[in-house]
This record gives sequence, C-alpha cells and structure tokens, in this order.
Amino acid sequence: MLEFFSFTPAEITILLLSLKVAVCCVILIISPAIAVAWLLARKSFLGKSLLDSLIHLPLVLPPVVPGYLLLLLFGNSGLIGKFLNEHFGFSIAFTWMGAVVASAVMAFPLMVRSIRLAISHVDRRLELAAQSLGARPISVFFTVTLPLSMPGIITGLILAFSRSMGEFGATITFVGNIESETRTLPLAIYSLTQTPDGDLAALRLVIISMTLALGALMISDRLERKASQQIGHGHD
Amino acid sequence: MIEVNAKLKRQDFELDVSLALDQHVTAIFGPSGSGKSTLLNVIAGISKPDRGRVVVNGETVFDHEKRINKPIHQRRIGLVFQDARLFPHLNVEHNLRYPLKFIPAHEQQFHLRDIVNLLEIEPLLKRTTHQLSGGEKQRVALGRTLLSSPRLLMLDEPLASLDESLKSQILPFLKKVADEINIPMIYISHSKDEIMQITNNVVYINAGKIVD
Repeated sequence: MLEFFSFTPAEITILLLSLKVAVCCVILIISPAIAVAWLLARKSFLGKSLLDSLIHLPLVLPPVVPGYLLLLLFGNSGLIGKFLNEHFGFSIAFTWMGAVVASAVMAFPLMVRSIRLAISHVDRRLELAAQSLGARPISVFFTVTLPLSMPGIITGLILAFSRSMGEFGATITFVGNIESETRTLPLAIYSLTQTPDGDLAALRLVIISMTLALGALMISDRLERKASQQIGHGHD
Repeated sequence: MIEVNAKLKRQDFELDVSLALDQHVTAIFGPSGSGKSTLLNVIAGISKPDRGRVVVNGETVFDHEKRINKPIHQRRIGLVFQDARLFPHLNVEHNLRYPLKFIPAHEQQFHLRDIVNLLEIEPLLKRTTHQLSGGEKQRVALGRTLLSSPRLLMLDEPLASLDESLKSQILPFLKKVADEINIPMIYISHSKDEIMQITNNVVYINAGKIVD
C-alpha cells in the first residue's frame, strides 16, 4: 500500500523534466514580458495593435499551429534552425530546450497580460512625483512602477509556470515525445493512456498533475496577497 | 530668480503669462480653473508650453526658440501636491530617503535628521504610509521634497484636502519652511486666508492671465 505513495524512478524523471522546462520557460520570458507589458501599457506607437494581436495569437490558435511554425523555423532545415546548426552545431528541435521554447511561446501572452494590467493600474502621479524628486525615467521604472506591479508580476509568473507544466500541443508538434528529453507530464499521461494497462500509471500522473496545479494556485494566492499588503492595498 | 514667459493652448483654455518672481516666497492665487496648476506644470516641466521661456535661478530650463526643454528630473524643482503622493510600497523613512540616492552627496542641502526635527516626524518614521493621517502625510511629503534639495519649492494647494483643524496644524510648518529654509518658494492656493498667513507677496491669476 505504501508503494502507492512513493514516486517510481520513471515518475521522478518526468516530474524533474517538467519542472526544469517550466522554470526555464519562466526565466526565459520574464524580462521580455515585462518590457512588452510596459510598452503596451504605457506607450503608443505605430503597429501597437498588431504587436498586441501577434502576442495574443497563441492564446486563440490551436497549439499545434505555433508548434508547427516553430518546427518550420527551428527544425534542422528551418530558417533559424539551419543557421544555428551550421554555425554553432546546435539544435533545439526535439530537445528539452525546444520544449522550453514551445511552452515559452504559449505562456508569453498570459504573462504579458497580467503584468500589463498591473502596470496600467500604477498611479502615474506617483511616477511623476518620483521624477520631480530627481529620478530618471529608468529609475522611476525600477523604484516605483515595478514594485507597485509586483502582484501582477507574481500572477503572471504562476500562470506562465502552470501553462508550461500543462503545455501539450505545441510541445509534441515541435519536439516530439521523447522519453527523458521532451516527455513532460502531459505528454507522459497521453502516452500512458495509449498503452495497454497504462491506466493506473496514468491516473497516478493525473493526481500529481492536479496536486501541482492546486499547489501553484495556492502559492500564487498567498504571494499575491503578501505583495498587495506590501504596496499598501492589503486591507482585506 | 524665476522668469516665466509662456503661452499654452488647450481645447478650452489658454495660458498666457509673463512674470518675474524675485521674492523669497510668492503666492499664486486664483479661482479653480484659472491656470494656477498649469503655470506650475509649465515651470516644473510637466506641461510643455507652445511658446516662451522659463528661467530658474539663471538657468534656462525651457526655451521654445532655442529648443531647450529640460526633463522634470533635471530641473530640481521640488513639488508638494494636494494629494501627498507618498510611495505606498515604502515606509515613511524610505519615502524620505527616496530622493537622496539621486542627488550627489555634496549637493545635498539637508540631513534627514534636520528635516525630521523641523517637521516633527520622528515618531512616524517606521510607519507605513496608510497609517498616516492626511496632515501627517503632507508633512512627510514636504520633508521628502526638501530632501531632494530643490532650487525652487512649489506647493500646489497643499492644504486643500485637509479639514480646518488639520490646516491650522500644518500651516505653522509651512511658515517654518518659508522662514527658516533658504529655498525660494511658490505657494499656490485658491484660499486667501491661507495665503495671508504665508506671505504678502501675491500674484493673482484669472482665466490664464496675470491680473494686476
């Protein structure tokens, strides 16, 4: 009975790979997401609505489409993939790094959305006050705008992390379903459901997956509340 | 000390002023919508006039013809707003210290200690900003602005959002700053009583124009 509650080596491999991909995905997109969110929240420029739409495209497309486009671009005969391969002997297609890129594309809009919302709620009069106290625009951003957007940034982080943990369509299209390399949690569950007698193992992974998702939501809620208190909005 | 020549047109309003302020403390008085705050914004660099020139202590901070328009953070003009605009993510002490990191040490005119004593805010230092009353917020905001070592201090209706009893608590501090601190001061208000207590040197503005 106790055996049911301990992870098998295969499960540990799957879990560690999923966490590695999700953590790298978040690290990869956090800075660009903040930059793009700030641009969209605070600047008006030519092509803004086009940029906005392009970023949001992965949210409305079937995930297999961005996955296939990534394959066309980064595949070994693809535009960028060929260049990388010839000049650096380096390929991300069908590797875990490709899985990071695939989930980054899918998670990026979620992260941008919540950070953008947070930045657009920062009182611009506070930014003006900071400027009048001698802060250059870049200092205003790091000392006022960013700290006051922290709850939204945390939400964005958790959303992106969860999206990456759950990413399936783009990943399987771009990097396949290779054991110990690209077989993350959802892909492993899918594989097991296709295997005779795989039901119990699949169910175990489903439980792990649900526990992780629930945990992420609870941690996010806690962190958000803490961050809100720190910026003086936490009266409830 | 301060010369302003400015024309600025908005949809339903036109500012057209020319004035030279050479007193230590000047009050700008006028009904709401008269252009007081627009004038302040022009001096501070928040609004850009269509034409004109702004000179502060001999330095041209705006000149339409010479295409000079110094950004806000380089003008070193201290602003105190009606809504104190304290940073909610910093406690009182860190709000006060905020400007210090942007001003080179040798250009700092005040020590934190002096300002804390002057404005009697010692007991507030460790508080968060939402633990302050309206009057306390204004005192902290005034202190923070002074610590930015401004060349000119501009107060935009600093008492307008306070009730009468609080006003009378803050006014002595404003007078203290006006009397004891060697920074030229522009005090904007629509209340004659308030102004009378600060200075006799009053500029009257109405419908975007200076009235003699």
